[in-house]
Parts: sequence; structure tokens; C-alpha cells
Amino acid sequence: MADVTPAYHLAVFNIGRPVAPLDSPQLRPFMDGLDAINALAEQSPGFVWRYTAEGTNNATAARPIDGEIIVNFGVWQSRQHLWDFVYRSQHLDFLRRRRDWFQHLDEPYLVLWWVPAGHIPSMDEALARLECLRQDGPTSEAFTFREPFDPPVAESVAPLVRAMNETA
Amino acid sequence: MRDLEHVALLQDPARRALYEYVVAQQRDVGRNEAAEAVGLQRTLTAFHLDRLAAAGLLEVSYRRLSGRSGPGAGRPAKLYRRATSEWSVSVPPRDYGGAAHVLADAIERSGTEAALFAAAHEAGVSAGRELEVGEARPKTQTPTAETDRPDPEPLAVAFERLIQHLDQRGYQPSRDGHSVRLLNCPFGTLAQRYPVVACGMNLAMLQGVLEGAGLEVGCEARMDARPGACCVTVISKTNKN
Repeated sequence: MADVTPAYHLAVFNIGRPVAPLDSPQLRPFMDGLDAINALAEQSPGFVWRYTAEGTNNATAARPIDGEIIVNFGVWQSRQHLWDFVYRSQHLDFLRRRRDWFQHLDEPYLVLWWVPAGHIPSMDEALARLECLRQDGPTSEAFTFREPFDPPVAESVAPLVRAMNETA
Repeated sequence: MRDLEHVALLQDPARRALYEYVVAQQRDVGRNEAAEAVGLQRTLTAFHLDRLAAAGLLEVSYRRLSGRSGPGAGRPAKLYRRATSEWSVSVPPRDYGGAAHVLADAIERSGTEAALFAAAHEAGVSAGRELEVGEARPKTQTPTAETDRPDPEPLAVAFERLIQHLDQRGYQPSRDGHSVRLLNCPFGTLAQRYPVVACGMNLAMLQGVLEGAGLEVGCEARMDARPGACCVTVISKTNKN
């Protein structure tokens, strides 16, 4: 198959409210495992970018919502690449134990959206997309793993797709 | 009942042996290899493999096994591998899978994974106890002076029964050095849509099975997630001697 450079990458933003302060004994296994998981992300196929708070190697210092909620924020080449990292790598064992470290949240806490390849989204953009998901449910602008949407058709290809649809 | 005619193809013993061989290899398999492995004549093997492919149980691809290409490189070989489609027959009709999705969704929405994992662990312990470890395993929780180390012979038997149990439950166990890899995820689309719920449940259950069978001293079920296989690997700790 020809090597097609994707026109869009997948951004992911998720939040968590820790059950105790980050420097508490209860959160220790989470904090201790962060560097290894972040390194694994960077080595995984399809990784593009991950947010780090200034001067640190992870995102835990950022508090864009309130004093407690921490965030995770990144960009990957495709949904499959991200899914494989999140659910089919050592990361899954981390996720399995999330209840030890993070409160259950009733509202959606993870949002996915397409960004033009090469675009690194801002924190404000991420917050807006999560709000979009919470307000409108999954749409092409903000969606989830279980209710995904295809990336927009690249502009250079759009006339071809239209022509194909007309002759079909 | 719709899927019956697909599944019923496996009743023929030769056809079933071929299907199981192809599936066990976890890669593309050619007719000649399958024929030799099962001890069946080549044209009959081709007939069976093509019947399985036509019924959607196997998928076909073509590749030159020699790696050459262009004129004179030879005809591409016809290769078979397990199809991704699922087929099931239940009599009377049952939809446990449909119910499982709704239950998993409820667990996720309510954040009650801990209760699920506890229940799965207990279910595993019950299943493990039924593997019949024999006299080496005392029924009490705490080891006594006379039973501080289980007899290795019944342990080996229990381990074999564990492999059989894993096989019967659809995990497709495969020995790999000191580990047992599980090549198939029995929870299919449930694990695709609710991975944390399904895989956490699975790990808890398998840990319970080891405990119920008296194997937890020598073996450990560990989360070892990778694409295309079960997320759990059983590690043998005692074979390191």
C-alpha cells in the first residue's frame, strides 16, 4: 500500500480528579509510574506529541480547570495507534488501577478530535472540545473511542470524492 | 440459528483438524503445510480449506512465499488464516454477549469496577478449585509444618489441568519458555468496547483460578496487554531453577 501521509492527526485530552493529594502515599504508585508510561508513549508507533507542564516531564503541574483536576493531553497519528497504546500496552495495567487514584466522574472525561497534521492544539482548544462533547454528545468535532468519527476529507481530495459520489 | 450452517462445517473431523491447525499458527498457512501437518492428501485439503473460506471461517490471501516478484517469479501461493468474523449457535437462542455489553456499560458509568473485579476473582477461585489439585494442596488457608511446600508432582498435574481449562475457555494457551501466552481474547467485542472493564475482570478471574487451583505459589497471572491477543500472561515462577 502506498505510504499516505495523513492530513489529520488525532488529539486526545482527558482529565482526572485524584482521590488524594499527588504527594500522598495513596497516589505514590501513580506518580512513580508516570515517567515510564510517558516514555512508553513516546516510543509507541503513531506518537506525535504530549503536553508537559513548563519545566517538568509530565502534565501533573497543570491545573486548567480547578485546583485539583489534572490533565493528560497529546496528539497521535491515528485512532488505532492511540487505542493500541492506551489499551494494548503496559498502559492498560495503569488504567486497570485508576480507581485507586482517581475519583469516578459522571460526566465525560476524555475527548478525541481531529487536528491538521502538524498542528499542536492549545489547552484552551482542548477544554473547549471537552465542553463540546459534554454539551452535544459525540460529534465530528469532539468524540470518544466508542463513538468515533472519521477525519475530515483533505481539501485536495474533496473534489475527487465528490466526483466519485456523483458517478456511483 | 442463522450461523448454524457456518459452524456445522466444523463437524467433519478432517475439516476441523485443518481449521484448528491454521488457527493455531496465528499466521498465513499454505495448503501443503496444512496437509502435511494434519496428514491429509493435498487436493482434499484444498477442498476443505476452500469450503471453510467460502463459509467465512477462514480468510484467503495470495503471496509469493519465495519473496520474488515479476515475470518468472512463480505463481503466488494461496494462503489461509482465521477469519475475523464471529459465528455462534445457541439453542435455545441466547444473547449473553448483548447483556454483557449493557452490564459493562453500567459498571463503567457507576465506577463500580472494584465490585466486578472482586466478583470475577471469586468466580475464578471456584473454577480453579474444580481443577482437582489432589492431596498435595491442604484445604486450609495457612500452611502448616507438614505442608509448607506442595509436592511438585501434583503441581505439574494441576498446571496441565490449568492449560486444559484455559484451552476450554477459548484462551488458546501457548507455552513460551517459562510463560503461557494466551493467544485469543475470548471477550471479543466486549474487550474492544470496554477494555478496562473486560480486561480487569479477566485478570481478576485468572488470578482467582490460579489461587483456587493451588498454583499461586508457583505461577502468576499478569497483565501483559498487546494487540491481537489476550491481555494476560501466566508466568511460571518456579521453573527458574
